This record gives sequence, C-alpha cells and structure tokens, in this order.
Amino acid sequence: MIATIDTEQINPAGSNDSPVPLLQVKDLTIQVATPDGGKTVLDGIGFSLMPNEVLCLAGESGSGKSLTAMAIMGLLPKPAARITAGQILLGGKDLVGLAEADFRKLRATRVAMIFQEPMTSLNPVMTIGEQITEVLRAHQDITASAAESAALELLKEVRMTSPERRLKQYPHELSGGMRQRVVIAIALACQPDVLIADEPTTALDVTVQAEILDLIAKLQERAGTAVIMITHDMGVVAEIADRVIVMRAGKQMETSTVRQLFASPSTDYTRALLAAVPRLGSVSASAAAPVRENKATVVEVNELSVRFPVRGGLLNRVQQNVHAVEKVSFSINAGETLALVGESGSGKSTIGKALMSLLPFEGEIRINGRATRGLSRRSLRGVRRDVQMIFQDPYASLDPRMTVGDQVAEPLLVHALASGQELTDRVEWLFKRVGLPADAMRRHPHEFSGGQRQRVCIARALALNPKLIVADECVSALDVSVQAQVLELLRELQEEEGLSYLFISHDMAVVEQVSDRVAVLYAGQVVETGPASAVLGKPRHAYTQRLLSAVPIPDPEHKRSPFVRSTQELVSVMHAVGTSPERQLLQNHGDDHWSARAAG
Amino acid sequence: MSVHLLRRVVESLLILLGISVVTFLLLYLLPADPARQIAGRSATVQTVENIREQLGLNLPLYQQYWHYLTNLLQGDLGRSYLQKTEVSELIAARLPATLLLMAGAIVCELIIGLTLGVISALWRNSRTDRVLTVLSFTSVSAPQFVIGILLLYVFAVKLHWAPISGYGTFAHLVLPALTLGILGAGWYARMMRSSMIDVLEKDYVRTARSKGLSRGRILFRHVIPNAILPIIAMIGIDIGMFMSGIVVVESVFSWPGIGQLAWQAIQRVDIPIIMGVTLVSACAIVVGNLLADMVAPLVDPRIRVR
Repeated sequence: MIATIDTEQINPAGSNDSPVPLLQVKDLTIQVATPDGGKTVLDGIGFSLMPNEVLCLAGESGSGKSLTAMAIMGLLPKPAARITAGQILLGGKDLVGLAEADFRKLRATRVAMIFQEPMTSLNPVMTIGEQITEVLRAHQDITASAAESAALELLKEVRMTSPERRLKQYPHELSGGMRQRVVIAIALACQPDVLIADEPTTALDVTVQAEILDLIAKLQERAGTAVIMITHDMGVVAEIADRVIVMRAGKQMETSTVRQLFASPSTDYTRALLAAVPRLGSVSASAAAPVRENKATVVEVNELSVRFPVRGGLLNRVQQNVHAVEKVSFSINAGETLALVGESGSGKSTIGKALMSLLPFEGEIRINGRATRGLSRRSLRGVRRDVQMIFQDPYASLDPRMTVGDQVAEPLLVHALASGQELTDRVEWLFKRVGLPADAMRRHPHEFSGGQRQRVCIARALALNPKLIVADECVSALDVSVQAQVLELLRELQEEEGLSYLFISHDMAVVEQVSDRVAVLYAGQVVETGPASAVLGKPRHAYTQRLLSAVPIPDPEHKRSPFVRSTQELVSVMHAVGTSPERQLLQNHGDDHWSARAAG
Repeated sequence: MSVHLLRRVVESLLILLGISVVTFLLLYLLPADPARQIAGRSATVQTVENIREQLGLNLPLYQQYWHYLTNLLQGDLGRSYLQKTEVSELIAARLPATLLLMAGAIVCELIIGLTLGVISALWRNSRTDRVLTVLSFTSVSAPQFVIGILLLYVFAVKLHWAPISGYGTFAHLVLPALTLGILGAGWYARMMRSSMIDVLEKDYVRTARSKGLSRGRILFRHVIPNAILPIIAMIGIDIGMFMSGIVVVESVFSWPGIGQLAWQAIQRVDIPIIMGVTLVSACAIVVGNLLADMVAPLVDPRIRVR
C-alpha cells in the first residue's frame, strides 16, 4: 500500500531522504475462532503512518477499525483472535509475535491509546493522580513526588480545571469530558510516537466533542505525535484527518487524502457512505418551511416540571431537588415532528417519559385533549395507546428470549385488541409495514442487525395505532447508512399515517432533516424554540449558537468556525427544597421563533 | 459520613430490639416449663408454683418482656437455671475463645478462598480451574463434623502436627479454624472467580494493559481491588453462618467457646443461656454487617456518602 504523502511533511531525522514512516502495517490479517473454525475478520490491511500525521480509520461497525488498533497495541483478545498474516513495523521492528514483556515496554512509551468510553475506562477505586503517575513510574525512573508534579503538568496540558484538586479525586467525581481528558493525559504521559484514538468523542456531547478534538489536534501539533483516529463520524474525519482509510467488513476499501476522499471518492461504497451522512444546513429553507396548518393538536404540554428528590440526613428527608424539567411548554400537531435537542442531562428523555406517564410530574400534559395527570392505572392505558416510544438501544430494548413476532403482538394482546388469526395477520402486516419479511416474525432478536431490530421496535410501537411516537435517540446507535433508512421509514409512516413525533436527539444534522419545529433545552428549560429552519439557521440564544458551532462539518473544504468555549460554569439543576431556578423568559422574534433573553 | 454511620447504628439497634422480641416469643412458645425445670422432677406442685411466681412467669406476656428488656439493658441476661450462675458471666468467660476461633476461621477462608478464586479466574476453563471447582463444591457440601474429624485424623492422630483438642496455643487454633474456614473458602473461591472474570473484562483493565503495566501491578492494583468489592458485603453476612458451624466445631475440638455452652444448654433446656447465646450471636451478625458497611467505603470511593 503506497501512501499519499504531503510534500511538506517534516522528516524527524532531519535528513533529506524521503520521510521514514513511523509505523507500517503490511497485509495484516486477523482471524477469530468460531465453532466452525477460523473466520477472517481483518483481511490484508496495509498502511503507513508518517510522523506528525493524522490518519483516520473510518467505517461502520464491524469494519475492523478497532481490531486494527488492538493489533497494533498487542491487545487482541487471546486466544479468540490471532494475527494469521502480515507485519506491524514500528520503527522497523515487527510487533507481530513480539513477547508480551517486550510489548509492555512499547505501550505508553511508543504507542498509546485513548478509548471510546470515558465513563468506564478509568479504574473506579484509584485516584486520578495515581492512575497518571503509575504509567510514568512504570516506564521511567522517577520518584513519587516527581511523578506527581509531572501528572499535575499533564492535567494542565489537557486543560483540566483545578488540576491540583483533580489529582486526589476519583473518576466518578468527574464528568465524561473531564474523564476523557484524564485518559488523554495518561496516553500522552510518556510522549508516545503514535497515539491511537478509538472513537474518543463518540460517547460525549457535541460541545465536549469539539473541545476534545481541538485538544487532540493542539497536542498533536505541539508534540509532533502521529495519530491514528478511529471514527464512524465523517464530520470528525473531515475535521481532523490528513489521510483516510475507509474500511468495510474487514477490508480496506479506499485510502486517500481527506480532500480527495470527500471531493472524488473512488469506490461506490465510499460514495454511498458520504451520501448517507446527514449534513447540517443541507435542508433548504423552503423545504423545511413551517407547516403549522390548522391541524388538530395531538399533544399539549403546559408548564411541565419534573423533580427528583435527593434525600439525606439522619431521617432520610428530602434535602434538595433535581429540577430535571422546569416549566416546559410546547404542543405538537397531527403529522408534525417536534425535536428536543440539548446535551446529556438537559431533560430531553425525562420529558419523553413524562408524556408516557412513566414518572410523576407537575403541570399539565394533554394528549388528544385529555389531561393525563392523576389518571388511574386503567384510564392511563387508553392514553398509553396513543403515545408509544422507540428507544435508543435496539439491542437492549428487545427481550432476547421472545420471538420478535411475539414482542410486536404483545401490546395488542395486553390491550385485548386482537387475537388468533387476526393477531397474526396484524403482526404480519406490521412487519411488512416496516420493511421486514413476514417470516422474520418467528425469529429471535439476536438474529437481526441493529437496523432491523430498530425496525422491530418501530413495528412494536405502531401496533397500537398511536397518534404520537416518542423517538428517544432512536437512530444514535446506528451506522449512517442504516440511520438514513430508518429515518426514511419514519418519514414515510408520518406521511401515510399522519403520525406525530417527539424526536429526541443530540445530533443537530439529523434533527434538521426530520423536524418541523425544534425546542432547545438547557438545564431543564427551553431556551429557544421555533421552526427548525429558523432555530438552526438563525439561532438567537447563545447556547444554541454554541451547540451548532460545535457540530463537525463533513467537508474538509469548509471547516467550521472555531468553536466558542463556554466561559460560564455549567448551570446546576440541583436546588434546595422550596427554591426554583431562575425562569428563562422567552421573547418572540416573529414566525413563532422564541428564545430566552438571558445569554447562556 | 458520620450522619450515615449514625443512621446505620440506629438501624442496627432497632434490628437488635426486634431480635430480642423474636427470641423472647420463641422461647415463650416452647413447650418446656422453666419452673418445672428448675424445681426438678420430684418437686411438688406448690414448689413449682412458687418458683413460677418468683421468676414472674405468671405475669402477662408484655410485662415479662418489659422485665426481660430492662434487665437486658443493664447487662443482665438472667441466671442459668441449672448452673445457678449469671448468664452474662458464663458468656463473657467463653466469648474470647469463640471470637478467636471466628477470627482464625475468617482469615483461613479469605486466604484460601480468595487465592483459589484468583487462580481459577486467571486460568479460566483450564484443568486447574476445573479441579478447583470440584474442590470448592466438595468443601461447600461436606458436613463440618466430617471435615473436622478428617482433619483431626490426618493432622493430629497420624501426623502429630497439631494437638487433638484443647485451647491455649496457636497450634490448638489451627485445626478448628481450618474446619470452620474450609466451608467458607469454597464459597469465596466461587464468588471471587466470577467477580474476577467480570472485572478482567472491564474497560479500565484494558486501559491498564495499554499503559504497559506489569501483570502483577494490573492484578493487584486494578483487578483484585475491584473484584473484592462484592466479597466485603458477604463477610458481614458470613458471621451468621459461622454461628451454626461453631456449635459443631467447638464440640468436635472441645473448644471452650459459647457454641459449646449453647450446645450444653440446649440439651438441658437451660432457657436463659439459650436466649443469651442467641442474642450475643445476633449482636455479632449485626456488628459484622455494620463493620462491613464501614469498611466498604474505604475500599470503594463511590459509596462514600457525600
């Protein structure tokens, strides 16, 4: 595999020869053991990595991106996976078949890694300080106090707030973004030549993602570290990569510079992949014009508040309340989609659950004109028929021991709407409706892919002929191509059945594609709401602007404007009993576009 | 932290109060008549009646309980019917021996159980793992008197490595503590194995490996401290299991503890002693759980109350 190298590439040796690659992967093939013998999961991957270069491994789940990284780190799960052919040359030395003791010396010092899940990738019972110092002490001959001051320097370098305090804290005391900074500090501690970042921002909010990407880029620039970035997000690729390898099902589909890839992809797969990527600003204003005709109102929410008590003290009394949702009002008409956007903890999912009457709330929720608060269990069943939910994780939201047909039939049985042949016919019709073959009914969830499972979940939600579907991050766990298909299905169903959606998402580009109106939530309150084109096109509130500026643009020619880091501390949603947060008063900008006056 | 602790102590006291009610009622419902027991078989009806009045056994139930409880709070557990001594003195004299045996047994079961659990998990599904699995199931299912007699036969009678019975030196402690500990060891080996396997799969262990740390460092600093967390809560509950074992083991090894005292008292229906021992055992379980609750936050920062 011959790499395309920028001519201005700096050679670390300072000689005039052509630059020497830091890392070369040649014809790497990996097999995993299955009951039917070895199965090739990585098939002849080859690339070289230059000093100071950012190489992206892009592709959908199961393409072998992480496996490649684990092979380079010598961390393939043994004995399940093994390298059957190829070479991994680090500075000319082959890592394949290297003894564990020798490999250990290379990890952290020559090749280091950042993982996807910041919430689980730090040891919960060790202080942050010790987790940083132990890597220094494992590879360098330094005293405990020297290691500690080095750790402090590292935390400063990854722009951690109050670094002295963090050293003594435990992972659970830090937010996801802060934990990822710690993981980066650990990875950079011994100044490795190669940094492998495996989906380092996927689990983070978009504003935090922007900060972390920015940080990786800055650190990489300063130390001259070469980076292998693994990502499924073409926006991230466009933003950070010098070169890209597109992978699919263990094969290398395409290798080119990032500009070339986006400008003229050479394979159909890459073209399809790029076409499926939702792009912010791609929906023309006319297409997304608000259609608030005089249709019936399906849902009306007035001053909805949800509080979770925090108990403590000797008598276990309520001491504080988490104001998860604070006086939120909105309405959704028949056939309309309202998107709730905001970062984790902003109250999006809580609103969805309140609509389903799954938790106690204050204020008023009317579904088809009927107030749901204080209804008896029996009366609630009628309401729940009208509101159904699709969840984020199609793997966790289906019972692994029931056939998918039984799971789609279950709501019909519970509400005694069909039985016998009628039930079977109805379920069959639902399967066809969501684009699944009728014989899929008799199979179990594990026999389906993520996208197919989400179709089953949609069929289950449709079973009761609901008026409103609450779709809580329902495409977030799916690959872009599958995501596009599921979104298309949802749109079709809306057109044909006149369904309304409450679309909960953190992905602004997807939101722009599907929604008629948008409500931006911040710390449990709506800070901006209005037609999608107005809110996303001309955001008024500082928080909405910040959120939009953080979205990576899947186009290397149009890098997003520098992300505005928040200067304010995050607003706490915890309040003492009897007190409430300051109310965000909304101001009308015309065309039903409202935003809070206070800057966020 | 202190508020949490205080709450746990208050809860523990309430549990003890509940236990005192239950033991009192159980013995009240027992068909044996304490007055007859004290008076002896040949006593006249009048004598039995007198004794009954003396002991307050003809008072209404709630008054008897109140009497019992107020005495209890003053440390008075009543007098043994047969030995004619204060129950509190009898128990106090024998408690140190039992506590020593328990401590020895806990050390035994933790050392053996945790070590075997770690080995099983590290070499999962290997031959060693399978042998250890069989061993731990055997130890969990074998009756303690069988294990005790077997150990006595091998190490005391045949090999003369340990004394046959008695109390006083470290050598005397080894076999009884081992007998009591082996049951728990099998149990802990299984628990530790599954807990370790769970932790070995965690992301932070992968992070530790990617740091290039040594196997030992990963095992002792990252895996074991996390794997041991669910075990700590078990140790508190375990003390309850010990109490039943102690009656058997103390008899087999003639260990002068409260288990032996209880055994003798049960045979002679010496109700105050039975109640006293029951209450002390209950206290031990409650205190054990309280200790486990206090130790857990020291190991796991996530359960430290803010």
